[in-house]
Amino acid sequence: MVNNSVTDLIRLSAAELAAKLRSGEATSVQAVQAHLDRIAEVDGTLNAFLHVNAEEALAVAAEVDAIRAAGGAEAEALHPLAGVPIAIKDLIVTKGQPTTAASKMLEGWMSPYDATVIEKIRAAKLPMLGKTNLDEFAMGSSTEHSAYGVTRNPWNTNRIPGGSGGGSAAAVAAFEAPLALGTDTGGSIRQPGAVTGTVGVKPTYGAVSRYGAIAMASSLDQIGPVSRTVLDSALLQELIGGHDPKDSTSLPNALEGLVAAAQEGASGDLKGLRVGVIKELQGEGYQEGVQARFNESLELLKSAGAEIVEVSCPNFKYALGAYYLIMPSEVSSNLAKFDGVRYGHRVLPEEGPVTIERVMAATRAAGFGDEVKRRIILGTYALSAGYYDAYYGSAQKVRTLIQRDFDAAFEQADVLISPTAPTVAFELGANDNDPLAMYLNDVATIPANLAGVPGITVPGGLSENLPVGIQFLAPAYEDARLYRAGAALETLLEKQWGHSLISQAPAIESASVAQEA
Amino acid sequence: MSNYTDELVDFDEALDRYDPVLGFEVHVELNTKTKMFSDAPNAFGDDPNTNVTPVDLGLPGVLPVVNKTAVEYSILIGLALNCQIAEKCGFARKNYFYPDTPKNFQTSQYDDPIAHDGWLDIELEDGEVFRVEIERAHMEEDAGKLTHMGGAAGRIQGADYSLVDYNRAGVPLVEIVTKPIVGAGKRAPELARAYVAAIREIVKNLGVSDAKMERGNVRCDANVSLMPKDAEKFGTRTETKNVNSLRAVEHAVRFEIERHAAVLDSGAKIVQETRHWHEDTRTTTSGRPKSDADDYRYFPEPDLVPIVTTAEWIDELRARLPEPPAERRKRLKAEWGYADKEFRDVVNAGVLDEIEQTVAAGASAAVARKWWMGEIARLAKAADKEIADLGVTPETIVELNSLIQGKKINDKIARQVLEFVLAGEGTPSEIVEKRSLAVVNDDDALGKAVDEAMAAMPDVVEKIKGGKMQAIGALMGPVMKATRGQADAGRVREIVMEKLGL
Repeated sequence: MVNNSVTDLIRLSAAELAAKLRSGEATSVQAVQAHLDRIAEVDGTLNAFLHVNAEEALAVAAEVDAIRAAGGAEAEALHPLAGVPIAIKDLIVTKGQPTTAASKMLEGWMSPYDATVIEKIRAAKLPMLGKTNLDEFAMGSSTEHSAYGVTRNPWNTNRIPGGSGGGSAAAVAAFEAPLALGTDTGGSIRQPGAVTGTVGVKPTYGAVSRYGAIAMASSLDQIGPVSRTVLDSALLQELIGGHDPKDSTSLPNALEGLVAAAQEGASGDLKGLRVGVIKELQGEGYQEGVQARFNESLELLKSAGAEIVEVSCPNFKYALGAYYLIMPSEVSSNLAKFDGVRYGHRVLPEEGPVTIERVMAATRAAGFGDEVKRRIILGTYALSAGYYDAYYGSAQKVRTLIQRDFDAAFEQADVLISPTAPTVAFELGANDNDPLAMYLNDVATIPANLAGVPGITVPGGLSENLPVGIQFLAPAYEDARLYRAGAALETLLEKQWGHSLISQAPAIESASVAQEA
Repeated sequence: MSNYTDELVDFDEALDRYDPVLGFEVHVELNTKTKMFSDAPNAFGDDPNTNVTPVDLGLPGVLPVVNKTAVEYSILIGLALNCQIAEKCGFARKNYFYPDTPKNFQTSQYDDPIAHDGWLDIELEDGEVFRVEIERAHMEEDAGKLTHMGGAAGRIQGADYSLVDYNRAGVPLVEIVTKPIVGAGKRAPELARAYVAAIREIVKNLGVSDAKMERGNVRCDANVSLMPKDAEKFGTRTETKNVNSLRAVEHAVRFEIERHAAVLDSGAKIVQETRHWHEDTRTTTSGRPKSDADDYRYFPEPDLVPIVTTAEWIDELRARLPEPPAERRKRLKAEWGYADKEFRDVVNAGVLDEIEQTVAAGASAAVARKWWMGEIARLAKAADKEIADLGVTPETIVELNSLIQGKKINDKIARQVLEFVLAGEGTPSEIVEKRSLAVVNDDDALGKAVDEAMAAMPDVVEKIKGGKMQAIGALMGPVMKATRGQADAGRVREIVMEKLGL
């Protein structure tokens, strides 16, 4: 009986769990404990969590339960998601829990301040289960570049969970958490969502404050929700979004109507919605199974009343190149602060004089992993005198061209659609010696970051028994359109299958099997 | 390491053969309440690393937010320097590793300064005016402060370790850059000093900086090059960093001119480099080589949005501009009717404000000048203080003056009263009352004292009768003694004359 109810609680969506908490059918402490038990059960295999925050999570849960039990105005004023546990990508700083960015550079570092999204989560009283794994400083598409071990895909533990937010996606896919926060610089929320059969949203640039998200590439980074349903992501984005005076690039007004749009979309009616198929984001380079699932989704959308049009974004072919100039350029500057002088890792030179330059150099040599160093070197080069115009300057021009492509496409369509990632999850280690192959994973997600527009991934079925993601993109500030279209596709697919995709995920294989990979 | 082995050429001789070209970068620390990009207090002299937020320490995840007041102050400086104000401008990152820079980049303006293309007329002591063209005034943030411990004299070379204080990190700065200044000739050092003095005066007058050079509120990097007379192409320049007093600016420019001339005379080339100024020896020494292409890998700061200045905003700020100091001086000199030298002395003593306030409080310009340039200046010198810091109010001066005019006290007593005022004993009238310092001009009392003195000195009386008026002075001693120094000397003289029927 207890076991059954625990299983029930972790398999609920955040919205369903919230309803049970409100109605008194379950307590938040039970919900948090159920998830902590699940983490204890499977995370030895998955390694989705870098830190488990059991004590504080249970304390927050108990506080919510006490408020509910007391009733009255305070109980009425509770946020709809109060008491629903959440996992936090370890790129977002939290008081009271370590923040590492999955780097040796920040091993043991405790932030003295909370990110703005964390302040909002605390205010709404969502118990934080812990911090999730990622590629070091969010640089990667597989979570293999973590200084604290790889995270495994719950669908197949020999496969990658995507990246950089593989920890958040795997945690949500494996029922270790109903909700998680991610960050998306070139696809780090959406591509892990695609390969783990979960939902992930990169909001419009500025819709969610970046204050407290350790910067990778400031002009591209965006915090967003990770969940198993479209409605849950909408609930979470409404909670974390809005203007923040601490982030100059945050939008002046909160985006509204996201939850309402998800509820509207869940009716499955898409009459009048123009869906633009991006010619350049399909075909060559996209696996057959991925293309097949994508085509099936298009048929379903059409049957639900959507008008399918083909749009062309000719400059998208330059997106990856521009991204790999702009992103590392900003990385090279953003990561300069990690020098061992003020906080974090400090390494003294093995021999010779202990000068400040040599301590900085030794610290950075020892503290950063290869992928981080690769991008710092690339970016330093791209910004160098004599190369700036050819590299960074040209890349910014491409960025403008991509924005124009989007503008033109959104003249013809309300939302755009593409596969989220060109392939299903690849095997751990498959791209170890080929960073360029790794970079290609983000070919469909990167244009949205370059243009600042929002994107969502929703599960689109399986290929080779692994999840395929379908991506919608909308114009800036029109995140609501994503939730409407995403929820509609989710409803239509689940109606066709007779169940949600994630409910079909296999039991997690034992750690010993996975360990030898 | 050789310190100052450079040969020098006599200054006048050097400038017989070469024309100097100057250029200045003056950094002005703004006195905003908070820092450029954080809400940490912008305050001087607090305990190390107390005026810091996560932003100032460059902690992971932080973001900058532009201080609007700092932008307004920068625009005010731009307007006061007759600059164009950019309609749209932004910040860039200047990337370099140094432990006083918490992010290992400085957030600064690069190719789009908030103010550009201005000018400033600099008047030298004899009235000659040089127009200095301003290239740009841009916003940036200050670095922290390093203190090198152990080793020799606080230098980084040979230090055992260094301490860093981030209180200053992020303090708003405006860097004012001139275009090359040609044609100053032998007046170059004088012009250098006058230019920096003018900038200091302008920012102080605007109220946007405390403008204390000794605290580093205004810091000057001085560029100097020489070219042979009649040449058109500028010579190679050196940049003497952190010349932080007006005197030092003048001396540094003079020294570099003498040194450049010696190098050029020898047939060698000037090395483009930064130079360190040494106040003790009044010399410069070689710093690090500097090229125009130092690679700071500037790129637009992605964490900030562009600053857009509307015409209404600029107009509103322009309306807030106070009278420019040079124009004000012209006006005050005319209003007060001082002679050239009198006025120059007043300016050099830095008591324009005090005299203006004293005149406004009701004293004549002549009286105000007599007090501020006389007794008050003497007291300040004796106390080793700035005149302004002595605490004399214009009201005190006006009151002392009216006591003198009303013949309640004489000049000598007035000076004593001022000292009692500064000692906190009260207002001049209260002190005169309390200490019974009023001049004795009661004719009965004076008459009695005069009678006694004349009786005691018949020979003196005879001399006076004989027409030797200056002999009256000999009677003053006993009269003053009898009245404890409070006799009105003029009245005593009159009484003596009356009594002798003269």
